[in-house]
Amino acid sequence: MTLQSKIPAGPVQEKWDNHRFGLKLVNPANKRKYHVIVVGTGLAGASAAASLAELGYNVTSICYHESPRRAHSIAAQGGINAPKNYKNDGDSIWRLFYDTVKGGDYRAREANVYRLAQVSGSIIDQCVAQGVPFAREYGGLLDNRSFGGAQVSRTFYARGQTGQQLLLGAYQALSKEIDGKKVKFYPRREMVDLVLVDGHARGIVARNLITGALETYVADAVILATGGYGNVFYLSTNAKQCNATAIWRAYKRGAFFGNPCFTQIHPTCIPVSSEHQSKLTLMSESLRNDGRIWVPKKAGDKRNPREIPEDERDYYLERLYPSFGNLVPRDVASRRAKEMCDKGHGVGSTGLAVYLDFSDTIKRNGKEWVKQQYGNLFDMYHEITAENAYEVPMRIYPAVHYTMGGLWVDYNLMSTIPGTYVLGEANFSDHGANRLGASALMQGLADGYFIIPYTVGDYLATTSFPPVTPDHPAFKEALAGAADLTKRLLAVNGKQTVDEFHKRLGKIMWEFCGMGRTAAGLTKALTLIPELRSEFWKDVRVPGSAEDFNAEVEKAGRVADFMELAELMVRDALQREESCGGHFREEYQTPEGEAKRNDEKFSYVSAWEFKGQGAPPELHKEPLAFEDVKPSQRSYK
Amino acid sequence: MNFTLKVWRQTSSAAQGKMVEYTASNISPDMSFLEMIDLVNLDLARNGHDTIAFDHDCREGICGTCGMYINGRAHGPARGVATCQLYMRSFKESEPITIEPWRAKAFPVIKDLVVDRSGLDRIIQAGGYVTVDTGGVPDGNVIPIPKVVADEAFDAAACIGCGACVAACKNSSAMLFLSAKVSQLALLPQGKPEREARVLGMVAQMDAEGFGGCSNTLACEAECPKEISVTHIARLNREFLAASVK
Repeated sequence: MTLQSKIPAGPVQEKWDNHRFGLKLVNPANKRKYHVIVVGTGLAGASAAASLAELGYNVTSICYHESPRRAHSIAAQGGINAPKNYKNDGDSIWRLFYDTVKGGDYRAREANVYRLAQVSGSIIDQCVAQGVPFAREYGGLLDNRSFGGAQVSRTFYARGQTGQQLLLGAYQALSKEIDGKKVKFYPRREMVDLVLVDGHARGIVARNLITGALETYVADAVILATGGYGNVFYLSTNAKQCNATAIWRAYKRGAFFGNPCFTQIHPTCIPVSSEHQSKLTLMSESLRNDGRIWVPKKAGDKRNPREIPEDERDYYLERLYPSFGNLVPRDVASRRAKEMCDKGHGVGSTGLAVYLDFSDTIKRNGKEWVKQQYGNLFDMYHEITAENAYEVPMRIYPAVHYTMGGLWVDYNLMSTIPGTYVLGEANFSDHGANRLGASALMQGLADGYFIIPYTVGDYLATTSFPPVTPDHPAFKEALAGAADLTKRLLAVNGKQTVDEFHKRLGKIMWEFCGMGRTAAGLTKALTLIPELRSEFWKDVRVPGSAEDFNAEVEKAGRVADFMELAELMVRDALQREESCGGHFREEYQTPEGEAKRNDEKFSYVSAWEFKGQGAPPELHKEPLAFEDVKPSQRSYK
Repeated sequence: MNFTLKVWRQTSSAAQGKMVEYTASNISPDMSFLEMIDLVNLDLARNGHDTIAFDHDCREGICGTCGMYINGRAHGPARGVATCQLYMRSFKESEPITIEPWRAKAFPVIKDLVVDRSGLDRIIQAGGYVTVDTGGVPDGNVIPIPKVVADEAFDAAACIGCGACVAACKNSSAMLFLSAKVSQLALLPQGKPEREARVLGMVAQMDAEGFGGCSNTLACEAECPKEISVTHIARLNREFLAASVK
């Protein structure tokens, strides 16, 4: 099959308007006859479910959390971008578009990115109208701050809890529709399969996490807004339950997987302290606005940081990138931190950390000012490390944070399975090889509030839906398959726990498919992962029963999927013989150590097709055309 | 560090529960409380036993999913943190640790330490929102909001909906939770058009869910991981009175 990206013709500024005009509409009276399932209740899922219900569609919303408000969007700290130009510093839709395409290292679709920049202003207005308490200036107007990868202040924020406040806004919009009986909501349900009838998505199978029962949900369209797959690394900044099961099972039903190897490693996280660590904690990169990153000039210098004089410190980002300094994009900041630590300049007991120092800002603006801006982050750092960052510099190290890859979607956000749409982090669409800060919230809400309400209507209006019930053989087959998978996991009855396997998988991925990748390492991982996977299926121990509230059964299914997805990520990283954004192949770098793209050969989206269990997946390529932003070597000097 | 844990085990909502003793050995003071439970569970799983069920997710104190009653305190001995942000350095070597689920009529136990808090969602569904559909809204800067008002609304909006206030209250009242949303939206101009219907609807739903009345002991504020102030309950009472006499 050939990929149809469905990017509209015409100048980039007019594509979305023209396209919307061309989309078929569903008569208002007919909307309630169409049933749409939205899986996930994060920013993308909650905003989509609420907006579709407002339009009159019959919406079912499910999530594996106990409440829609628990989705991991809640943990986003820094902010959300919109080119309102409130700061009069030269911002525009075009500039946000340009920065995002460049920030993604020219591996995103121009048309999608432009649309994202175009609708981002409406997101701010929508959230304000909902009562989201954004930061304000004394005059009562909205405040903005700067963020990594940009030289204008276009980031709207709500202290260090922007994701929480935006999610609560979307959650309240969803609650309004649940109250109005326009949305049926089912918590503690995990989607375990997508059901296709005549090649079209017609529903899902979900596991009731309280009783263990498998349930079927019939619909005319299925929207997956199930987040990213960073937990394949075990240690990441993702919440513990974040998983790839919904998108992975959809992949196995025929949805292509786009750019699986594009992973974002975030530079400002609290370093790992011990083997028992269950997750990593991110601190907003807004800290880089006022904190200065440095390491001792002398390798192995173990002195107390306060005893290291100014001229023996290397503020390496300021030295290497005089114009962007500490505000270089995440991939660059992370890679440079790793490089410093690899050369022996790392600090702390493990040597895997660099300093983020606020002493100059405290001297300049006072402690109270810093507290006002970043108080909650300093508190969080103190809780975890028992150190006072007002007195000693923070120690930070990069950690897996976001996955730019995800299910491949066309301009309408539809996957290669008709009727299956993918929103937010779960799709691959807008960030290319690296996501800029404050862009994830923007994309999740753009997809949910302002894109899917238009595009799903076109599909519903132009497709005929023969009646389907849960008795259809396709549902029976999916139910049986899901039951069989759980049964097989329980039957292994081996000696090692799911978590032990997950940690081992994470270590392989971090070492060979993390911040630095090589053909030799990736090839090795292609042996190690299948070995570990076969060991998993021979020796995993899943206690308890399937017909119960059982966290081990939940985890086992998710880790079984991660074991397969990991291999696809490695294959993708191996075939992409260039460095771009978060994908750094050590063989391909400039003399200064920057990522070296190969536009001639790799200016494409890799879209992988599942070809059956055990068979190698097939690579399809969607060529990328850059008509408005000319690809260049990214420079932040 | 080594600890003896007494943990509430209950196989389902209908079953009779009991306290069961476990040992947690070789615990580092830098481990989080939940990582300590992970370790106990690892041991249980290795030996084929049913692990201790508990709710958790972000493990950075913002999602509101985790919540345990530890040594008689909601979220344990540290102030202003959720259970996931509690570190073992907060405990003395060999200190006995008792772990129970949130206890409230409106929070039935699902299994072990997991309770059903959907009543809190239904309180929000009863009016804890601004009725505005997607699209057709004015520019964000059309509604200026004084910084002090925005900041106070934010203080209320910081609620993570964990239910510690309910667990800590001897009446199992959800007043602090409810007041946080009422207060946020009553302070902001966007919330004003529906303020009366909102407070009446949400209070009626709280009563219907079986949460108790305010105990006036301020236990909720003391145990709230986000340190939401009881002054929001005062505002809720004013809003409720004003709406009731209309």
